[in-house]
Amino acid sequence: MGKTLAEKILSEKSGIDARAGDIVIAPVDTVFAQDGTGPLAIRQFQASGFQKLANPASTIFFLDHNAPTPTKELSNDHLLIRDFARKCGACLSDIGEGICHQVIAESYAGPGDIIVGADSHTVTAGALCAFATGMGSTDIAIAFALGKTWFRVPPSIKVNVRGRFPKMVSAKDLILYLIGKIGADGATYMSLEFGGSTIDRMPVSQRLTIANMTVEAGAKTGLFPSDEVTKKYLESRGRGVKWRPLQPDTDAIYEQAIEINAAKLEPMVSKPHTVDNTARVTEVKGTRVHQVFIGTCTNGRLDDLAITARILKGKKRHHDTRLLVAPASKEVLLDAIKAGYIKTLIQAGAIILPPGCAACVGGHQGILGNGEVCLSTANRNFKGRMGNPNAFIYLSSPATAAASAITGVITDPREIA
Amino acid sequence: MLRGKAFKFGDDISTDLIQPGRYNYLRSNLPELAKHVLEDADPTFASRVKRGDFIVAGKNFGLGSSREHAPTILKLAGVSAVLAKSVARIFFRNAINVGLPVLICDTDKINDGDELEIDLASGTISDLTNNSKLTSGKIPDVMLKILSEGGLVPYIKKYGDFKV
Repeated sequence: MGKTLAEKILSEKSGIDARAGDIVIAPVDTVFAQDGTGPLAIRQFQASGFQKLANPASTIFFLDHNAPTPTKELSNDHLLIRDFARKCGACLSDIGEGICHQVIAESYAGPGDIIVGADSHTVTAGALCAFATGMGSTDIAIAFALGKTWFRVPPSIKVNVRGRFPKMVSAKDLILYLIGKIGADGATYMSLEFGGSTIDRMPVSQRLTIANMTVEAGAKTGLFPSDEVTKKYLESRGRGVKWRPLQPDTDAIYEQAIEINAAKLEPMVSKPHTVDNTARVTEVKGTRVHQVFIGTCTNGRLDDLAITARILKGKKRHHDTRLLVAPASKEVLLDAIKAGYIKTLIQAGAIILPPGCAACVGGHQGILGNGEVCLSTANRNFKGRMGNPNAFIYLSSPATAAASAITGVITDPREIA
Repeated sequence: MLRGKAFKFGDDISTDLIQPGRYNYLRSNLPELAKHVLEDADPTFASRVKRGDFIVAGKNFGLGSSREHAPTILKLAGVSAVLAKSVARIFFRNAINVGLPVLICDTDKINDGDELEIDLASGTISDLTNNSKLTSGKIPDVMLKILSEGGLVPYIKKYGDFKV
């Protein structure tokens, strides 16, 4: 009987023949926390009586969620993290380096790895075929100390995607469509495993967008095969040695298979206040937008900024619509400067925020006013998510967001380009 | 045996609703953060909840962010257990890790304000107001062991490792 990707990775790492439903203990290749979850993880690590990290070189703290900090309390949390990282020899990814998930993809993750992070979007690294999953601060504290954790081997849902995306339709529209179809708990405790000709051609940047949002369907992990695309990406990052091929067995057992024809997809949005409250852009077009936010671990990569710049080139944002752009990492920002995207965006009226989570989490850099509507390329639109429970968040692709920044209302990008 | 009043909530109560991100600056001051628990779902909850009371929710409770502060401040506010039709994965693990019991059951039959009595060992939920009984689903042994020690920190202090 064949194995899914999740079963393969957890079997290999735990040393037992693991099947869906089994409980295994496995070593972790990379373990991390961010500035929102790190302080509690440090306190739980200390409360458990630990002093030493199992693997300092693969233990990372990211200062990305509230960075630079807007309050003295958060500055003190940063101090706690800096001090702990220095004393224990952990790696520190400082303010401005980028969002944890983007930096993990750029510099750490590889096929067959197990990655645990104190952040729900840790699933992003599944794009590189790493079994990556989010946990809370205490689980991460124990993984810091022991270098391992326990897992229930998840059953898997196979998502087969075939066909070419129509113009102005991308990975974001695909994952919003899928979440709308299966619901916010449609893959709870499960692994969502992607394949098919569309996935075979898809660059890592877009695979990251999809893997990132698998948790919005409740998934424990979202896995892509490790193939030539993965290999080229790792080589481009100077990490070619991390590559090896990894595919699910052809006779693997799945709970369910979902077939999607990419050619039939349209630009999608999630309406307030849940991610699975999806609609086609055509159903909500004309909705007034006060703020457009382009960035995050979902859509803050170079090709996201490229399509944004292409749509905004020579145009201006609507005078009553703020346009915030936050590159996902320092590398993305540098590449975007080199490509001329940043200049184009500033000329179009964009405000460029430092690499990091920016307005996504509601702590700083773009909190919404009462009754305001934001069209965001992020992954969550929960009530209060962007700092105000009396505001409304729609989610979309960068193309839809850029087109809407020009008109000031939700706009079908196919009508602009 | 746990005893308290039911506070009913609907489906999809996110960790953003339980611990709004705008209060992230209070994450190193948990008693203060707990004053804002569930504020965006019910602004009166924190002032009404009493020690021992229960959260009784619909499906997918605790979806979203991995913030362990969510179950931690529920517990600090006095909540003695969460009852829901289903819970999101990370919240489930976090709740057990901080010693907050989670019971999966059909919560439709429980009304807001009902007086409940819960026997954790057998998973029996008695609704003393409408005189009915429910049984909760079983949670994995590994989690039961962690819960019976009061959470993952006391569990690890006792065993030094995972005993699966």
